[in-house]
Amino acid sequence: MGDVTGTRGVGAAALAVAQQADTALGTAWGHSNRREFLRLAAAGAAALGLTTTMTGCVVAAAGTKKLDFRDDFGILNFAYALETLEARFYEKVVAAPPRDLRPGELQILRDIGDHEKAHARFLKRSLQILRVEVPMSVWPGIDFASRQSVLTAARNFEDLGVAGYNGAGTRLRLAEFLTIAGKIVSVEARHAAALRDLLNPGSRDFAGDDVVDANGMDRALEPGEVLAQAQKYFAEPYRAVGL
Amino acid sequence: MHTDYNEPKRLLAADPAIAERLSTRQAEIDAGASTNSATRAGLMMGGAVLATAALATDVFGQSSNLPGIVVDVLNFALTLEHLEAEFYVRGVGTAGLLPEEMRGPFDQIRKHEVAHVAFLQSVLGSRAITKPTFDFTAGAGGGNGPFADVFRNARTFAAVAQAFEDTGVRAYKGQAANLMGHDDVLRAALRIHSVEARHASQVRRMRGQKGWITQSEPGNLPAAATGSYKGESNKFQFILGQPDSNAQAQTEAFDETLTKGQVLEIVRPFIAGGM
Repeated sequence: MGDVTGTRGVGAAALAVAQQADTALGTAWGHSNRREFLRLAAAGAAALGLTTTMTGCVVAAAGTKKLDFRDDFGILNFAYALETLEARFYEKVVAAPPRDLRPGELQILRDIGDHEKAHARFLKRSLQILRVEVPMSVWPGIDFASRQSVLTAARNFEDLGVAGYNGAGTRLRLAEFLTIAGKIVSVEARHAAALRDLLNPGSRDFAGDDVVDANGMDRALEPGEVLAQAQKYFAEPYRAVGL
Repeated sequence: MHTDYNEPKRLLAADPAIAERLSTRQAEIDAGASTNSATRAGLMMGGAVLATAALATDVFGQSSNLPGIVVDVLNFALTLEHLEAEFYVRGVGTAGLLPEEMRGPFDQIRKHEVAHVAFLQSVLGSRAITKPTFDFTAGAGGGNGPFADVFRNARTFAAVAQAFEDTGVRAYKGQAANLMGHDDVLRAALRIHSVEARHASQVRRMRGQKGWITQSEPGNLPAAATGSYKGESNKFQFILGQPDSNAQAQTEAFDETLTKGQVLEIVRPFIAGGM
C-alpha cells in the first residue's frame, strides 16, 4: 500500500494515472483518447489546485484505513470501496444462491453483480495510482440461505448507494467525475427499484415513500452517514477525515 | 402560470431537510436578513403555507440570483416534467386504461412527476416556462401519431412511459455538470434524477424488459423511440476504455447522457406545433 500523501501533487498523480492507463490499455487506446485524457488530467489538476496534495488515498495506519474526503479522489475512493463491497456481496450470492429464490431472480442478481463489478473495475482503473485496497468484507446479519434476507440486504446496499452518490455529487469538483457518478447512480437506482419490486411485487415500493419524499426526491446522504452505515461490512474500519 | 394537475400543490416543507433550511432562513429573515419581495409578501400574509413556495425560491436562489444557464437547465427539466406529469395524470385518470397491477406503480410515478413540476416552478418563480400543449400520440399536434391509441391501450401507454423515463434519466444526467457550483439546485436535480431511474426500471420491468438498458436496444419499443437509446452502447467511460469480456454488462452498468438538443429532438413530436 503506497502512501502517496505528501509531496506528490495532483497534476503529477493525474499524469501518472494517465501513463498507467496508457500502459494498461496499450494499443487499444487511441492517440486521441490519450490526448483527451491528458487534457482532462490537466483540467482536473487545475480544478483541484496544483498545490493540493494527493490526500484522497486509503492509507493503512494502525489497523484503520483512512478516507479523506477533501478532494475528488477521496470521494471516488469511497465509491470504489462501496462498489467493491456490493460486487463481493453479489458474487457470494450467485456462487450459492438461496434455494427459495423465485424464477428469474437469480438472473437479476447476476446482472446486478456484473454491473457492480464493472463499476468497481472502472473506479479501480481510474484510481490506479492510489493503489487502493478495500478491507475484507464481513456480512453481519445477512443470511445467504434466505431469499428474504438476501433481497433485503441487496435492496439496502442499492438504496444506500443511491443516497450516497446523490449526497456526494456536490462535493465533486471535476465535471467529468460528476457526469460519471451520474452514469453510475442511475443504474444503482434501477437496481434498487427492481429489488424493491421483487420484495413486494406490483406495489409502489420501487420508489416508495420511505425513500422518495413529498417533492418526489430520492434520499441524499453525506459521505459520513453512508460510511457509518457501511462500516460494519468492512473487517477493518475506515477512518474518515475531511468531512 | 402554475399548472393545476387536480392535486393540491405539495409542500416543500414536507421534506425535513428542506423544512430545516426554510426555518433557518425564516429565522435569518426574522433577524433582519434581506429577502425578496415575494418572500416578504408571503410572510406578511401570515401563513407558513403561503410563504413556503416563496421561501423555497428564496433559499434556492430566485431567478434574479440564478445565472441564465441554470434557469435554462431548470426550464428544460420543467418541460420534460410537464410532459411526464400531464401524461401520467391523464393515463391514471382514464377509466379502463390501466390493468389493476399497473395502477399503483403508475399512480406513484404520477405523484412524483407532479411534485417535480411544482418544485421546479417554485424555484424558477416568474421565469418558469408555461406548459406546452402536448400530443401524446407523437403526432406533433395532429393527435394521430405512431402512438395513436396511447390512452386506449395499456401496452402503448407503458411503451411511451418507458421512452419518457429512460429519456428523462439521460436528460438530467446530461445537465448535471451545468449546475456545478449551485449546490442546492444540483442536489435537487440529482435527487430527481435517481427517482426517474427508479421509474424507468419499474416501467421496463412491467413491460417484461430488464430494468436496465442493454447496448442500445430500445427494449421492444417501436422505431419511433430508438432515439432514446442512441449511444447507450458506449463502452468508454471517462475515456478509459473497458476491454471487458462481458460487454453486455458493461453497457448496462453505465447509463449514458443525452444533450439538450438530442432530448428536444426526441420529445418534439410530443409537442403540438413543435418547439
